[in-house]
Amino acid sequence: MANVNLSSSTTASPAEVGGKGSSTHEFDSTTARTQGQLVRRRFLRHRLAMVSSAVFVLLCVFAFVGPLLWTFDYEDVSSRSYLPPSGEHPLGTTQVGKDTLALLMRGTGFSLQIAIVVAIVATFVGVLFGALAGYLRGFVDTALMRLVDLLLIVPQIAVAAIVVKGLSGSWYVVALVLATFGWMQIARITRGETLSLAQREFVEAARAAGATTPRIIFKHLVPNMIGSITVNATLAVATAVLAEAALSFLGLGVQLPDTSLGVIVNENYGQITTRPWLFWGPFVVIVLISLAVNFIGDGLRDAFDPRQTKVRA
Amino acid sequence: MIRYIIRRLLISLPILLLGSFLSYVLVASAGNPLAEMRARPGVTEQQVQELAAELGLDKPVIARYWDWLTSFVQGDWGTSVALGQARAEVFPSVTEALWVTGRLVVGAELLALVLGVSVGVLAAVRQYSIFDYLATSTAFLMFSMPIFCVAVIIKSYGIEFNNVLQSMGVDRWLTTAGPPTEGFTGSIGDVIFKYTGTFLLPTLSLMLISFAAYSRFERASMLEIMHSDFVRTARAKGISNGRVVFRHAFRNALIPVATLFSLNFGAVLSGAIITERVFGWFGMGSLLVDSVRTFDPNMLMGWLAVTATLVVLFNLVADIVYGFLDPRIRLG
Repeated sequence: MANVNLSSSTTASPAEVGGKGSSTHEFDSTTARTQGQLVRRRFLRHRLAMVSSAVFVLLCVFAFVGPLLWTFDYEDVSSRSYLPPSGEHPLGTTQVGKDTLALLMRGTGFSLQIAIVVAIVATFVGVLFGALAGYLRGFVDTALMRLVDLLLIVPQIAVAAIVVKGLSGSWYVVALVLATFGWMQIARITRGETLSLAQREFVEAARAAGATTPRIIFKHLVPNMIGSITVNATLAVATAVLAEAALSFLGLGVQLPDTSLGVIVNENYGQITTRPWLFWGPFVVIVLISLAVNFIGDGLRDAFDPRQTKVRA
Repeated sequence: MIRYIIRRLLISLPILLLGSFLSYVLVASAGNPLAEMRARPGVTEQQVQELAAELGLDKPVIARYWDWLTSFVQGDWGTSVALGQARAEVFPSVTEALWVTGRLVVGAELLALVLGVSVGVLAAVRQYSIFDYLATSTAFLMFSMPIFCVAVIIKSYGIEFNNVLQSMGVDRWLTTAGPPTEGFTGSIGDVIFKYTGTFLLPTLSLMLISFAAYSRFERASMLEIMHSDFVRTARAKGISNGRVVFRHAFRNALIPVATLFSLNFGAVLSGAIITERVFGWFGMGSLLVDSVRTFDPNMLMGWLAVTATLVVLFNLVADIVYGFLDPRIRLG
């Protein structure tokens, strides 16, 4: 219920009411909402997206604040092997005597770090390449799109495994490798939108006014595509969480001393029937992250695209 | 049509060539397959050097790539760098692994496609019904599940099911660790029994993930078409509901799913790799993991070449199928 400024309009001279005056009257009394306000309102009213955002924030607190408060460190191997859940170790201990809850917190943290780095890098590279290809056309377009074809041909999981094995299994190496193979989708979407936006008058006007290519891309094109960019960046987080977990599950992703949800599942999945608490913890966290991020992405899509909105703003 | 296919294949040749070169450089610079041998006790430096010379590892990368490429196109895919074991020929190893994985993937994908499309159509026709909500939430959940967790959970239920069978005095039915080595023999009933027991669990795990994507896609495209003008016209003409749904809407709604089906190949492959690891099959997944562990150049190159070629072929098939499903698209 926005700013209906009644006081100023009612004090306006009553003689002006009616005819042409009434329309000025109306425009004076209300302030139009900006595009950003509209998007924010639609998102805040998307119930599933709001619940998911809360879950996501809680998971972040669990991952990044949790280890500071919890008694055990994830590298602490002083406990006995395979203790069942108890007050001291709510999720028991692993084979080498690590506290599973501490491990789960750090694992969630590393998985989230990787996913967020992947999403940021992949989005940045994808938007840059896509906008360049779509705006400059010609040789740049052909070269960049052939590069996309090339990267789509080789199976991501194999090349990621080779690079990670060759460099090291630190979390940021895994993140950068996944980002290297994760930007193509966003680049294609950005290119498509740029192709149509670049034909519009305001871009032509900017160019006529002497704007440089970087200025046109970052000040004129990108703000107009911010909706689909945001949605795809969000979805990239979900994809990255699953990709990282899959790679680490094969033993070709994150290596000790770093850990991740995939590593924890890989170490403990043999115990699913005998010690189920070791398996279900990381499993539930992966599913929660991925579900929450997907729903946030859905909410953002509805918020940015009023045509398919399910909630009124 | 044939001209179109030939042209497409010719266009992908340079991409494949460039891809193979980059892959070779990548594999070669990632690690040395003889590093592990050096670390072994009782191995002299001279032995390592001899082996390196024999395998051509002392030459520069470009020369090695050229050697590999020229023999590769002549059908000689080289041998693995197995240390202390008999060297495996790359070609039979890769094709065997592909056969194992292929059987799994084809079955699972076809089942997922049929089931996913049926569920998607039903959900769209009965929009906002209980069935629709159930299907949508299941698909959302499966979308967010890591495939290895699905496989591990299904495997554990399979083991429990077997235990129940055994406690009832019946033989174990479901295989949870690898396909039978001796093949399927016996009477027809026996073969079917063993075959389903072997394939059921891995196929189910692999299917569930793809199924989610197909049903979501089919539902979305079906809904869009059900609300389009030509469907309204068809209804206005008095055509029966079943005919409108199947003749007018369903056929058009298949187009995006067909694209997804053929472009999904990479995702399905990585899904299959993981499923295989969980169920102990020796297919493309095990081959990849083992070759990466030892930085085996020939084996990895053979693996990458086969999968990359398959991706190219699948993309081509996607476009051809597109032309059949949608007559507005003319190939040529």
